[in-house]
Amino acid sequence: MMRGCSSRSKLSQNQDRAVCMTNCPTLIVTVGLPARGKTYISKKLTRYLNWIGVPTREFNVGQYRREFVKIYKSFEFFRPDNEEGLKIRRKCASAALNDVREYLTEDGGQVAVFDATNTTRERRETILEFAEQNGFKVFFVESVCEDPDVIQENIVQVKLDSPDYTNCNTEEAVEDFMKRIKCYENSYETLDEVLDRDLSYIKIMDVGQRYLVNRVLDHIQSRIVYYLMNIHITPRSIYLCRHGESELNVKGRIGGDSGLTIRGKEFAKKLSHFIQEQNISDLKVWTSQMKRTIQTAEALNVPYEQWKVLNEIDAGVCEELMYEEIQRNYPLEFALRDQDKYRYRYPKGESYEDLVQRLEPVIMELERQENVLVICHQAVLRCLLAYFLDKTAEELPYLKCPLHTVLKLTPVAYGCKVESISLNVDAVNTHRERPANVNVQRTAEDALQTVPPHL
Amino acid sequence: MELPQLEHTRLRRHDSAASVPQFCNSPTMIVMVGLPARGKTYISKKLTRYLNWIGVPTKMFNVGQYRREAVKIYKNFEFFKPDNEEAMKIRKACAAAALKDVALYFTKELGQVAVFDATNTTRERRAIIVSFAMEMGYKVFFVESICDDPEIIAENIRQVKFGSPDYADRDIDEAMEDFTQRIDCYRASYMPIDDEKDRKLSYIKIFDVGSRYLVNRVQDHIQSRIVYYLMNIHVTPRSIYLSRHGESELNLLGRIGGDTGLSPRGKKYASALATFIKGQKIIDLKVWTSHMKRTVQTAEALGVQYEQWKALNEIDAGVCEELTYEEIQENFPEEFALRDQDKYRYRYPKGESYEDLVHRLEPVIMELERQENVLVICHQAVMRCLLAYFLDKPADELPYLRCPLHTVLKLTPIAYGCKVESFFLNIEAVNTHRERPLNVNITRNPEEALQTVPDHI
Repeated sequence: MMRGCSSRSKLSQNQDRAVCMTNCPTLIVTVGLPARGKTYISKKLTRYLNWIGVPTREFNVGQYRREFVKIYKSFEFFRPDNEEGLKIRRKCASAALNDVREYLTEDGGQVAVFDATNTTRERRETILEFAEQNGFKVFFVESVCEDPDVIQENIVQVKLDSPDYTNCNTEEAVEDFMKRIKCYENSYETLDEVLDRDLSYIKIMDVGQRYLVNRVLDHIQSRIVYYLMNIHITPRSIYLCRHGESELNVKGRIGGDSGLTIRGKEFAKKLSHFIQEQNISDLKVWTSQMKRTIQTAEALNVPYEQWKVLNEIDAGVCEELMYEEIQRNYPLEFALRDQDKYRYRYPKGESYEDLVQRLEPVIMELERQENVLVICHQAVLRCLLAYFLDKTAEELPYLKCPLHTVLKLTPVAYGCKVESISLNVDAVNTHRERPANVNVQRTAEDALQTVPPHL
Repeated sequence: MELPQLEHTRLRRHDSAASVPQFCNSPTMIVMVGLPARGKTYISKKLTRYLNWIGVPTKMFNVGQYRREAVKIYKNFEFFKPDNEEAMKIRKACAAAALKDVALYFTKELGQVAVFDATNTTRERRAIIVSFAMEMGYKVFFVESICDDPEIIAENIRQVKFGSPDYADRDIDEAMEDFTQRIDCYRASYMPIDDEKDRKLSYIKIFDVGSRYLVNRVQDHIQSRIVYYLMNIHVTPRSIYLSRHGESELNLLGRIGGDTGLSPRGKKYASALATFIKGQKIIDLKVWTSHMKRTVQTAEALGVQYEQWKALNEIDAGVCEELTYEEIQENFPEEFALRDQDKYRYRYPKGESYEDLVHRLEPVIMELERQENVLVICHQAVMRCLLAYFLDKPADELPYLRCPLHTVLKLTPIAYGCKVESFFLNIEAVNTHRERPLNVNITRNPEEALQTVPDHI
């Protein structure tokens, strides 16, 4: 993957900027009738792009409308002959585009996702002109679906909880929403293979059964297409956990490749029972290539796959040291790490930022799969969790991922439900909070203030 | 899951495909569809090369080849006329023979993907293939290439058809005339994959050399990867320049790995490289380096923008980093021998294998496919991996490809492969190429182990 953009000519290691995928910003424009998954796609795509280091933000025109028209009365607002409504909606779209411009030109954004129906060619023309004026590339993402079951499920999952329908009962809400969709249907002009052949777009049909992809211009669009073609909405759960407690864990040493302690082995057994109780159909089990995850998986007595990229973060010269030893031998490095834990790279090792890059294929494959159990490591788990729970780079390295705890993630509505299940086997705490003093001149005591106890 | 796959995932030292997930459980047939001169064989060969490189055993079955073996001499396009019963019989038999070989490849040779390269332009022919696959338990993924741009088709014919054995004794105009009529023979009965009737099939339709794609029912990981690959390749003429960094301080000392700067000769090379590149007059050249000092210093001399890829870093030699081969023999004689036994799969303790390297270079290859003119300044093992991809070298040859210092390799895609030009920029450098010694047994003596170590200070 690309690192350190075109202006890079210094050898400074820790200055790795965010990935530079394109030279000009990109505007992703959703297209489609209501309840076709546009917002679902927008949010997911935004989350993915931010996780891989591309500053992205979504702009939902519906939000702007809700702020403008404080109270939603009924579908009549969306009638094509409602002049008042049309005026307001146009204003909202403009306001949103204005914010897009600000985000992409002044706020350092690289991708903006413009989430609205954009169902008429006229509206799309307006957006194209706007983009051309500002030097943005445009990529359309259209979602086309006529399956009534899918649409119904969409409405139930996300529309009923919308602020628009807080005071309606379910039937009223569904009825009104169906009429709302009707308002758009007559004027809907789908992206046309001939008329729109010069535009860059992907048309997603029937929730991913079929795709039409036209004129992919650059790397970021290619990655977006690949991502969109790999996600699905089939219900499933992802189980994340660390290996059982290891020998080096109890000694307070980081990294290495040791085996499980007795308690660690007990966790493996309990994990096996837990998994059986969950009664999961077709569960895939993934581990890293390190002894401790493999030993944990062995106890499950099911086939599992080893991924090298799931190996723990490489602590380079600090491998197998205790924090006390790191403070003694590398006090400067220790402080620098506390100053920017996400970007800091151990000498001859890796940073969290490197980890995210190497985990990207795992995320892609997790998106493709259904039920998966991933047995991995603390830093790796933090990165995966940050992806699913949309945590920022600042929060990521401090996410709590204790040993002997399974996190069950179930996609729901626009996000992810998390259940944290401790399997009731004691283990050391390996979580070190950011100390109050991160200055390079701090005392050893200040530096070691947050180190968890160990043997 | 079958027991053999369970074995596959056990903890073993040199566990081969353990770094990539199981791509598919059942073998996959990729079936090409399209009129002649639409790039089917080009796509087949490229896809086969890519899949093999990433570790998926793949083989191509070109029905035209079978036909050439059955009908020794090609007379003219009349062979392909739809009313030529005799020829029809032969062609059907060839397709059947090819399918039989596909089955053998999957069962006897443990292949995972077979690319069935033929026109397959009628629904009838495709139905035969689909029922064959269903019977045998194979997945099918169609790749249809649709193109009506007369210039592209003419260029195709020029690039590959004139060199075909079918036209060995013909002059260009005759060949062009005959081939055009050959295409017409297929055209009347051509039934493209239908978006309605064939909606249950898995396929990708490529329009106008990649301007547009239609993708239907991608079933699994391997199909998803294939689609991604096909959507990233192009046929715009361009060249890829591969070079190592200039000679480094550790190179001189005969030490492997590390992160040192350039030696004086290495710096000279960097300037020579700048001159060479200017002389090539390349439009819009992208320059890529690794994160290591020696490649970055080399790029700096070019005076142009460059991008650093961590993925281009040299193979991590783990516990052997910065050692000489003599020291490796002294401290890790068994490891040293194991490496010589299987240099592709051997992983340095706390380090990487060539196999790992290929895996981490895959995004680089994908981006190289997307790009046009690129200069990649990298390292010996990395360059071997990239070269193996472009020149279709198998895993056992890869770790022994010659990539000397101070030499630029210019790769230019032509026809179905790659033209390679080697430019030594006339700046002396140490030799860092160590051949496989005769004795790779762990009981060998140091002298035998160090037999092929190149000279150093």
